[in-house]
Amino acid sequence: MSDWRPGTDARALKARAMLYRQVRAFFDARDVLEVDTPQLASHGVTDIHIQCIAVPGYGYLQSSPEYHMKRLLAAGSGPIWQICRAYRDGEAGRRHNPEFTLLEWYRTGYSLDDLIRECCTLLSELLALSKVQRYAFRELFREVTGLDPLTADTDALRAHAARHTELPALDHAGLVDYLMATEVEAALPPEQLSVVDRFPGWAAALAQTEHDPDGAEVALRFEVYARGMELANGYYELTDTAEQAARFARDQARRAAYQQPPMAPDPYLLAALAHGLPACAGVAVGLDRVLMCQLGESDIRRLITFPHHNA
Amino acid sequence: MATYSTNEFKSGLKVMLDGDPCAIVENEFVKPGKGQAFNRVRLRNLKTGKIWERTFKSGESLEGADVMDVEMQYLYTDGEFWHFMNPESFEQLPADEAAVRDAIQWLKEEDMCTVTLFNGAPLVVAPPNFVEMEIIETDPGLKGDTAGTGGKPAKLSTGATVRVPLFVQTGEVIKIDTRTGEYVSRVKGG
Repeated sequence: MSDWRPGTDARALKARAMLYRQVRAFFDARDVLEVDTPQLASHGVTDIHIQCIAVPGYGYLQSSPEYHMKRLLAAGSGPIWQICRAYRDGEAGRRHNPEFTLLEWYRTGYSLDDLIRECCTLLSELLALSKVQRYAFRELFREVTGLDPLTADTDALRAHAARHTELPALDHAGLVDYLMATEVEAALPPEQLSVVDRFPGWAAALAQTEHDPDGAEVALRFEVYARGMELANGYYELTDTAEQAARFARDQARRAAYQQPPMAPDPYLLAALAHGLPACAGVAVGLDRVLMCQLGESDIRRLITFPHHNA
Repeated sequence: MATYSTNEFKSGLKVMLDGDPCAIVENEFVKPGKGQAFNRVRLRNLKTGKIWERTFKSGESLEGADVMDVEMQYLYTDGEFWHFMNPESFEQLPADEAAVRDAIQWLKEEDMCTVTLFNGAPLVVAPPNFVEMEIIETDPGLKGDTAGTGGKPAKLSTGATVRVPLFVQTGEVIKIDTRTGEYVSRVKGG
């Protein structure tokens, strides 16, 4: 017998409806415009760690609404937000579903700190967590592991990471990812909003970068964690067309090196940047995980009406 | 044999790891922010029964293991091998001591067992959940005792020892749950 029943109970359905209402009220009160962008589009992302789902004849299901929202911003939309579905191939587990729900918003004229404050105001309301603690990625990582993620010897990172499990072949960034996802995240106090910023330069993605006093490149990027989960990821957005094109090219080279399918850079995004993206900061929040936090539910599949195994 | 990518991993899947057949017990997908995705996997080595923990990069794959469970009848042992027969094909297969180690004290001739075959050869033998065996030695018990109070050790025909109620006597046939090694009941007409 096929299991036709939804993964959710009545409590989860109501909590989701309430969550969407709260979010809408939050942005209405702040005069941020709700928008709607395509989920199916000609191009996907080049990011080596995000695999888009191809739709033959059409392009790709979007892994985030970021490119289209930036095109709206470049066209003069002003501050915008939306709740939408996003899709990532191969991401399935207790905290991942290949189709999931994102809240994403952009603030023109905001600094990264302004956006961090707004993001924490919203999450504090949604999760009833009042304490906010900020950490710089390097300091936090060093405090927990004893190793500097940017300057530590790769072999020292590997030896530290391999204490508890046999690891696959990983490069320096892969080892930092592993330790961040296991040891460091687990060390964050659960009952607070933990804001981690100044990520390593190699993890800038679409964020601007700057330099620490010792010359190491760090990204103007932050993440918010609560109750053991990563909830939000934000950037002070890159607006430089040449730098964006260079990052696309670097991603393509890495994709080729790792025998991943090639992804053409999105020419529309590059053209919009060339036209001019206003200075802005943007953030995405995983709403399914916010629900997990609200309800104390450990499995995302019980908060999605029909998770992928019986969708 | 097929290969399985990490996104096909699920509990029960049989794969090869370091040359040994293993069954996946648990598979957890872990992915930090926009970084490398991992699968943290717990596997049971089907040869040794030991649990292994391994971390894979998502997208890596393992070769499937040619492992299947077959119901076979235990025939006899020649001291070196324990011989089993497929009752449908009448094919006979010898299992070595490593394969029967955990089952040996519950093996009775003509009983049906679950034999896990790896590349066609017996890897592990599991006895039936319940077996009936004769008591060859136990202290004489007190008359009038009922099941559930006290108890005494009884030695069975295979050499196994189980605790039985005091009223059960030498020569009687009893039923045992092999999963717990506990006495269940007397068997009438034994």
